Amino acid sequence: MTNTVYVPIDSAATSVGATAVALAITAEARRRDIDIRLVRNGSRGLLWLEPLVEVETVEGRVGYGPVTAADVAALFDSDFLTGADNGFSVGIVEDIPWLADQQRVTFARVGVIDPLDINDYEAHGGLTGLRTAIALGPSKTVEEVLASGLRGRGGAGFPAGIKWRTVLEAESGQKYVCCNADEGDSGTFADRMLMEGDPFTLIEGMAIAGIAGGATKGLIYIRSEYPDAIATMRAALLIARGCGLLGDDVLGSGKAFDISVRVGAGSYVCGEETAMLESLEGKRGMVRAKPPIPALHGLFGEPTIVNNVLTLGTVPMILAQGAAAYQALGADRSRGTQVFQLAGNIARGGIVERAFGISLKELVETYGGGTRSGRPVRSVQVGGPLGAYFPASALDVAMDYEALLAAGGMLGHGGIVVFDDSVDMAQQARFAMEFCSKESCGKCTPCRVGSVRGTEVIDKIINNVDRNENLELLNDLCDLMIDGSLCAMGGLTPMPVLSALRQFPEDFQR
Amino acid sequence: MTILREHDYGTPAKMGSETVTVSVDGHDVSVAVGTSVLRAASEAGIPIPKLCATDSLEPFGSCRLCLVEIDGKKGTPASCTTPCESGMVVHTTSPKLDRLRRGVMELYISDHPLDCLTCPANGDCELQDMAGVVGLRDVRYGYAGENHLDAPTDDSNPYFSFDESKCIVCSRCVRACSEVQGTFALTIEGRGFNSKVSPGGLNFLESECVSCGACVQACPTSTLQEKAVIELGTPTRTVLTTCAYCGVGCTFKAEMRGDELVRMVPYKDGGANEGHSCVKGRFAFGYTTHPDRVLKPMIREAITDPWREVPWEEAIGYAANKLKEIQAQYGIDSIGGITSSRCTNEDVYVVQKLVRAGFGNNNVDTCARVCHSPTGYGLKKTFGTSAGTQDFKSVEKSDVILVIGANPIDAHPVFGSRMKRRLRAGAKLIVVDPRTTDLVRSPHIKADYHLQLQPGTNVAVINALAHVILTEGLHDKAFIAARCDDEAFQAWEDFIKLPSNSPEAVATESGVPADTLRGAARLYAAGPNSAIYYGLGVTEHSQGSTMVIGMANLAMLTGSIGREGVGVNPLRGQNNVQGSCDMGSFPHEYSGYRHVSDDAVRQQFEALWGRELQSVPGLRIPNMLDAAVVGSFRGIYIQGEDIAQSDPNTSHVTNALASMDLVIVQDLFLNETSAYAHVFLPGTSFLEKDGTFTNAERRINRVRPIMASRTGKAEWEVTCDLAKALGYPMHYDDASQIMDEIAQVTPTFAGVSFAKLDELGSIQWPCNTEHPEGTPTMHVGEFTRGEGRFVETPYVPTPERSTRRYPLLLTTGRAVSQYNVGAQTRRTANVIWQSEDFLDIHESDAQLRGITDGSWVELASRVGKTKMHARISERVPPGVVYTTFHFPVSGANVVTTEYSDWATNCPEYKVTAVEVRPTLQAGGLASAEDLGLEELRVEVHEDAIATLVRMVNEITSNNTHLHQLAAIEAVATHLKMFWAPQMIQDLTSYAKDHPEDFQDVALVALGQLPTAMAN
Repeated sequence: MTNTVYVPIDSAATSVGATAVALAITAEARRRDIDIRLVRNGSRGLLWLEPLVEVETVEGRVGYGPVTAADVAALFDSDFLTGADNGFSVGIVEDIPWLADQQRVTFARVGVIDPLDINDYEAHGGLTGLRTAIALGPSKTVEEVLASGLRGRGGAGFPAGIKWRTVLEAESGQKYVCCNADEGDSGTFADRMLMEGDPFTLIEGMAIAGIAGGATKGLIYIRSEYPDAIATMRAALLIARGCGLLGDDVLGSGKAFDISVRVGAGSYVCGEETAMLESLEGKRGMVRAKPPIPALHGLFGEPTIVNNVLTLGTVPMILAQGAAAYQALGADRSRGTQVFQLAGNIARGGIVERAFGISLKELVETYGGGTRSGRPVRSVQVGGPLGAYFPASALDVAMDYEALLAAGGMLGHGGIVVFDDSVDMAQQARFAMEFCSKESCGKCTPCRVGSVRGTEVIDKIINNVDRNENLELLNDLCDLMIDGSLCAMGGLTPMPVLSALRQFPEDFQR
Repeated sequence: MTILREHDYGTPAKMGSETVTVSVDGHDVSVAVGTSVLRAASEAGIPIPKLCATDSLEPFGSCRLCLVEIDGKKGTPASCTTPCESGMVVHTTSPKLDRLRRGVMELYISDHPLDCLTCPANGDCELQDMAGVVGLRDVRYGYAGENHLDAPTDDSNPYFSFDESKCIVCSRCVRACSEVQGTFALTIEGRGFNSKVSPGGLNFLESECVSCGACVQACPTSTLQEKAVIELGTPTRTVLTTCAYCGVGCTFKAEMRGDELVRMVPYKDGGANEGHSCVKGRFAFGYTTHPDRVLKPMIREAITDPWREVPWEEAIGYAANKLKEIQAQYGIDSIGGITSSRCTNEDVYVVQKLVRAGFGNNNVDTCARVCHSPTGYGLKKTFGTSAGTQDFKSVEKSDVILVIGANPIDAHPVFGSRMKRRLRAGAKLIVVDPRTTDLVRSPHIKADYHLQLQPGTNVAVINALAHVILTEGLHDKAFIAARCDDEAFQAWEDFIKLPSNSPEAVATESGVPADTLRGAARLYAAGPNSAIYYGLGVTEHSQGSTMVIGMANLAMLTGSIGREGVGVNPLRGQNNVQGSCDMGSFPHEYSGYRHVSDDAVRQQFEALWGRELQSVPGLRIPNMLDAAVVGSFRGIYIQGEDIAQSDPNTSHVTNALASMDLVIVQDLFLNETSAYAHVFLPGTSFLEKDGTFTNAERRINRVRPIMASRTGKAEWEVTCDLAKALGYPMHYDDASQIMDEIAQVTPTFAGVSFAKLDELGSIQWPCNTEHPEGTPTMHVGEFTRGEGRFVETPYVPTPERSTRRYPLLLTTGRAVSQYNVGAQTRRTANVIWQSEDFLDIHESDAQLRGITDGSWVELASRVGKTKMHARISERVPPGVVYTTFHFPVSGANVVTTEYSDWATNCPEYKVTAVEVRPTLQAGGLASAEDLGLEELRVEVHEDAIATLVRMVNEITSNNTHLHQLAAIEAVATHLKMFWAPQMIQDLTSYAKDHPEDFQDVALVALGQLPTAMAN
């Protein structure tokens, strides 16, 4: 019997030696004249276990990790191919509570399948959603997405169905679907892991969006820092065209849809949808004023569905399993699941996909296991570099759009970054302004000039120069940036600043 | 007037009749759908602070000063980017808004030099204004923070400087360069606080910048500032006037400080330019005060004598006496005059009046002879009047633009920008040109079809396009039936359907593949609004007139005439080509294009002018020159034209000039022609003129003096003085009286007066009781001639073919920084961009001859040789070379030939068979003079009779498609209409002895002309 061995090809895994492990396993098997089938799967998202080697057994896939290349001979010696319980074993992977307790919808296939095996994809429920959408037709597909309650996972949380309906109803000779894969928030990696681990789900989601909105061209804008995701998506697109998932006649529907990949040039603000559209048009990534909204006046001035990787990647499951199933999950007006990303100073980082409403505390403590350093958690930043800092005392907040907003924060792209008690929150506040002054598109004054002045004013506060006047000035400046900025970049930069100032005033007074 | 500050509404006006009503601070205002809140408020008289918004550019939303509060909308949206919605309630002030605006200004000023009092923009700075408006009193950040105050100034452009330390990064310059000019030379570089305006990482001079001035105009601070303002100070008063360069006719605000012109700023309400300009009109006016200007009259007995400055009376008296002597000795017809397309309508009108009434003959012609005379012939024949059919704005409604033999980006830059704007918005483009011009491919512009034809094959190509449309049934049958002469159409239909006109038949000859021709024809026919724009690449050919007719046919065939977005539009080379033609400058017609043989018209002029007038055509310029060589034409008055540089076959021109007893030149500068003159009458620049120019869209624009004449007289005054000295008193108190007379005698100008022009800004003729405010679009509902007339256009190849000895074809054109013979632009800082003519040659032709980029080459045709630097270029195909004619030292016209348009004698500048050889010897004509000029200029002269024989045979060749009897009649009629009787008589006598030199039809036609004609 041929044994199937899984070694992730996800770049989080390869960054800690997964490819060396895979090579070592192949070599060792050959040396021992054992016939194995090696599959390079995506990552399950249990990052502290990477490289996590899995072996298929009748009981299920048994995991071993973390494993190094040097450990491989020992693995063989200890009969890992039969699923033996040895020093590396973590047991049946899907039974690990960390994973078993999750509600994986978007990430259901990630780590399970061979990312570039379309048959494997289909065998795990792939293409059902697209076939459903083709059968339903554009309007009913849009209705399904609306009914699911799916909201934009890029951060803004705008209902995807409304966007799609706007594009569907717009008149144009050429509409577009643009996928925003410029995942630049600190502590976020879900887009990358989905693209590397289950690229066809994104392709299928975009094809569904194309059919629903009447678009025939799709573009994926991937940040240049993701070379593996770029390579995987490109390979997947070739395969998708070859098997009729893309092309002039998508799965025999008579409808055309094709996708190409565009690579960013290292600008954070190009994750803002209008700056991304400018960049896609070959221009400087500068934010556009809205209105007009991209759904009506998007890429090259044409109606355009712009959604994040997670949003589009969730659509096939919604269509396959029905809007009601998805809508049944979640809390308040935040329906379905969120792919949380645990990062920073955390013991068990990785992907936790759970229905909205889980508490931050459960994510940080139960899943995350506290800090990696072992010191007490002092602060958690939710939603990327422009998100609010929560003190350890405020981790009960429910993780959904509304609750976070009410708590003075935002969900953003679902990134959670944990800091221990060695953090200097004044420096974190300063960093927010400095980050903005470096990454601003340079268009609007509050963002371009304000962020520089913000850094300087915080320095003055830290150094006790005209402290009260400068605190007032900082507040005025934050008000100006919030109310006066053109886009969320300048508008949200005060959020970490003000939350740090509010929650950790002592750090500003030394 | 004091300084004219145009109101800035912040965002562009929206078209459309549908309106919405919004409330702004309690005032209801109705605006067109799509109008921004900022503009609506401005229209209601409520100014909202702004910096990045200006009404020549699309809203951008970057400065965040124009924030407002709108009931029911969250936050504080920017009013520039927020379109009005019905019922919106807008508040433009509140404590919160005040705080935000002050906050924005506080940030701006924290990174801006505090040198207002010594800044060149002091008092003319929007940043300064806004600091006051928002009540900024304090910059709490201090001035010690990170800043750009030490950023360097880029002074590389000769006309403006870029002081980065003052930049507020509002992107107005970048957007103006993109949206208005369409060059995309500027960008924002870097990110975050390091974002800065940059001409593509280079300095302005090295960049793609064409120095149109749009960025300088758009800049709200002193960052981009005219050097003249820095040196001279802020202007204090404005005079509205019209540019004197190309036929676009841009309106400018001449901004003065005392009596000194500080700068020229394009006027937003200028009908032709709507606030845009090019490097020439905006900046290149320094020639008007150049030390080379001649300001005193001069005379000399012989052209070898030195010039002698004399008082006006003496110069006029000398000229008049000489003219009288010549006429006494050689007859009435022995003298003539040339009017100038550079001068005002009023200047031109009095010159032709001087010739017709004062000289007593019709020997008047104009420089349009060498550029757009075929336009007059062709459009008159088909549509009924000699003028473009549209206004420039029309292009905004075109769906397909067909550009033939024109390069508007370089030669008519302001219209070129407008066309590019339309193309960027999605109009399709077909370019017919042997060269790959910027219109074929440049940033954000790409022609759908480039018909890269062999020079000289225009007519074959236009016939093929018509053939496709007709044979594929793509023509507008209803339009033709309703609007066109049916019989003429049927005859034309039979002709155009001939297989010899098919794309497949002409592909080899023209060099354009048949499927390209078919594709282009289908695109043009598909429209729905298809417009033709053309230039001298159409007219300056041996079949220039035929080609104009061919385009008119194409427009009628597809119903592309008589509404906005369509039409046939000549891009006129000079500021007043249209006007000089309108004013009766041609030897065969009076003002308003009425033939001199029309008794009723002539009698009207005779009654008003008090002289009996000739009823037969006079001599055209080339006829005058031919007659001068044989000695029957001996005196000429040339106003504002340098025929020795601009006219073809230079050595023939100079021979003719040298043969005359009296050459009077009226000009700004001594030039190539004045080398052969006996009397030099100093002229005035446009900055001294009072009058009108008529641009390519028939728009009559006012030219207003900003300074007194530097010569003491206006041009028209000098002409009147000359008339009076000749015994024919012409008196006008001022230029407006001349326009009044023009209006009195010219039906198309009947409603025009200076008062009305001042009131309306400009008027497109016809302007009369039927069209009291002028006519933007012609031939609406009906053609000027009634029914549109299709005319057959047989392709007759030019006799100028490439040969083994002269294997390449030379064609000519213009560069954007220079203008025509360069008399003006050579005397400005524009030479920094180009200071010599280059020969563009394809790499394969260059390699074959051992020519490298930048090396000296000798350019030779069968009539002459010259030298210039070669430039290896992909703009020309193999077999074709190209040059400009801006610099007398290169003497491009030394090589051009005697061939000309069969109908109008417009020279065939665009096709000359040449050979190019590498040469070690530098220096063009100037240094070659040491070798003896004559040696370089190979003498190839036809005698005058041979020219006439060739001309009549060419006319005949162009009528061979007709039945023989009809052809005879056509040739005879043509001669009668356009030839001076003396020419016909000379030819008739010659024909008696040399019938074998003539085609049969020509011979019979000559015989049919009444001998009385010759009297």
